[in-house]
Amino acid sequence: MARRDGTRRGAVPTDAVPTDAAPSEAVPTGRGPRSRRTRNRNPGLPWVLWIPAGLALALVVLPVVGLLVRTDYARLPELLTSGAALSALRLSLVTALLSTIACVVLGVPLAVVLARARGRGVRLVRAVVLLPLVLPPVVGGLALLFLLGRNGFLGYLLDVVAGVSVPFTTTAVVIAQTFVAMPFLVVSLEGALRGSGQRYELVAATLGARPWTVFRRVTVPLLLPALGSGAVLSFARALGEFGATITFAGSLEGVTRTLPLEVYAQAQADVDSAVALALLLIVVAVVVIAVARPKAFDR
Amino acid sequence: MSLHMDVAVTRGRFTLDVAFDVPAGRVLAVLGPNGSGKSTLLQCLAGLLAPGRGTVTLDRRTLTSVPGVQVPVHDRGIGLLAQDPLLLPHLTVAENVAFGPRSQGVPRVRARAQARAWLKEVDAAEFAHRRPAQLSGGQAQRVAVARALAGGPRALLLDEPLSALDVDAAPAVRGLLRRVLRRRHSRDGQSDDLRSGDGRSGYGHEVTGDRCAVLVTHDPLDALALADDVVVLDAGRIVERGPAKAVLAAPRTPFTARIAGLNLVSGVAAEDGLRGADGRFVAGVPSDDCVVGEPAVAVFAPGAVAVHPPGAPHTGSPRNVVDTRVSSLEPHGAVIRLRTAGEAGEEAGIAADLTPASVAELGLEPGSPVRLEVKAAAVAVHPAVESPSPFPAAEP
Repeated sequence: MARRDGTRRGAVPTDAVPTDAAPSEAVPTGRGPRSRRTRNRNPGLPWVLWIPAGLALALVVLPVVGLLVRTDYARLPELLTSGAALSALRLSLVTALLSTIACVVLGVPLAVVLARARGRGVRLVRAVVLLPLVLPPVVGGLALLFLLGRNGFLGYLLDVVAGVSVPFTTTAVVIAQTFVAMPFLVVSLEGALRGSGQRYELVAATLGARPWTVFRRVTVPLLLPALGSGAVLSFARALGEFGATITFAGSLEGVTRTLPLEVYAQAQADVDSAVALALLLIVVAVVVIAVARPKAFDR
Repeated sequence: MSLHMDVAVTRGRFTLDVAFDVPAGRVLAVLGPNGSGKSTLLQCLAGLLAPGRGTVTLDRRTLTSVPGVQVPVHDRGIGLLAQDPLLLPHLTVAENVAFGPRSQGVPRVRARAQARAWLKEVDAAEFAHRRPAQLSGGQAQRVAVARALAGGPRALLLDEPLSALDVDAAPAVRGLLRRVLRRRHSRDGQSDDLRSGDGRSGYGHEVTGDRCAVLVTHDPLDALALADDVVVLDAGRIVERGPAKAVLAAPRTPFTARIAGLNLVSGVAAEDGLRGADGRFVAGVPSDDCVVGEPAVAVFAPGAVAVHPPGAPHTGSPRNVVDTRVSSLEPHGAVIRLRTAGEAGEEAGIAADLTPASVAELGLEPGSPVRLEVKAAAVAVHPAVESPSPFPAAEP
């Protein structure tokens, strides 16, 4: 029966299989599942793709496995609860959270303006916003330093006027993280805004809603799913920030030494400790993805 | 409350140049194919698009006047019912309907009461607490009607409001639209809650007033069921206008005939018929206003065309006989619509309706030679319009 079905499947185009006949009792058993299977079969996935796809997966998974193998599990609790590790973890979580909030507060309006505003300048601005995505973080950190450092024009102003010095403070960590993480939020929000179009906004306006009401009651609620995934991406990016932070904020324990910086510092002194902290970062990242799974990862 | 529009918009190589009036309480249908400028026209009315020239006035209030005035969308008092219901997915049905009143500053409790009343009006009261995702297409569109009217618009734009609905849902929504659009005065039945607005914006009027509406559609049935008057738009210009029934029953341009689903042959009026552009005589019944020698059109329904095999002897009463070839066969409701290749004066060829059984019996397929016959009594001859007719759309 199965073999006959197999040969028939080759001869009969799948379109010709009466799909609506499947639940009917008059149809021989086995036909329903078969038609379902033929429908689910991927129409054309070249087998060659499996090789690079497998390599790519190995590239992502194997280093993590290597880390897991290398971990000294006996010393793990002791290494993770050391004062330096705990303070780095706390600092990382706090600064990443603060920069995520900054990303949302500043990034949502920016994304809406970029997606909705018309004008020649908008395209240029969009390219500029993406700059931190392609810029090496170290360069970003240097740029921040020359803006807000003692010799930077804004930093000099702040120092003279308010007596505030930004570099090498926790604030500097948050600024550096926001700088590198914001494009992630803006890009995902802008994509969502463009995808959904302005039809709902238009209908709301024809009902008499002023632009601010439309933004508050239509644009933002419709944006919430994308905002969730964008915020998670930003948080993850901020958590892993290294280059811009070390350049702009330095590596002062308890003040600017976040988890990635602590991993780097320990890698020189105590490799076991570095590996344990790296494991901690991986766990935090996995938790972030699991708790607030971004839509982009679902599809 | 009347709507007046006289605008010209140029977008690339396309130009829309239209002028019309919609008197208070009346519904104007704008008929036309894709690309004829229907959506540009709606965008101008809604305030999304500033025309290059012209004015839009509603109830003696200038909404658009170039240069200078362009009242923003939310302040125009023009509601929109689109093809898709576009109910806000994050709000319940009742909150959707209350959105308009709330946005215009109506207090929450009062807005909720208005929403309830409007939902009842469209027979959707039982859906009040559902989410839009839990509604069928027809139910959602009914709620969208309630929402549009709850906003208390002075004029309502309907953009193909039935075209996204399946065949089973469309008649019910058409009936509902007919009820709410064509009800002239209903001060008796309306509860006090169906009044909206606070008098500040363009929305501050009573629902019982004579709201006018513009219905954009490509379906002559919608135009006949819902509209008083029609304008037919082609390539950005109004090619025909008048009372809906008159225009669709007696189309004067090939274009309107195609929309109305009728055959049209243009030529010159003759005694007892029409002389086609190619010299062929079409026997028919001239209308009273036909003048022999003046441009005219002969109009007949596809159902009035009899199809015979090519060699069949010409017997019986039909006086119009033409030998031609089938160019296409398409299902058209319960019948098959046969089309022939266009010839001089016919533009789109002749359409004939026949049953699937006849198609099988005659062995018809594209390219088959056929003989078409039409009784003279089934052919109406009207004077043709060469240019947009001068009479205003409102006149009967």
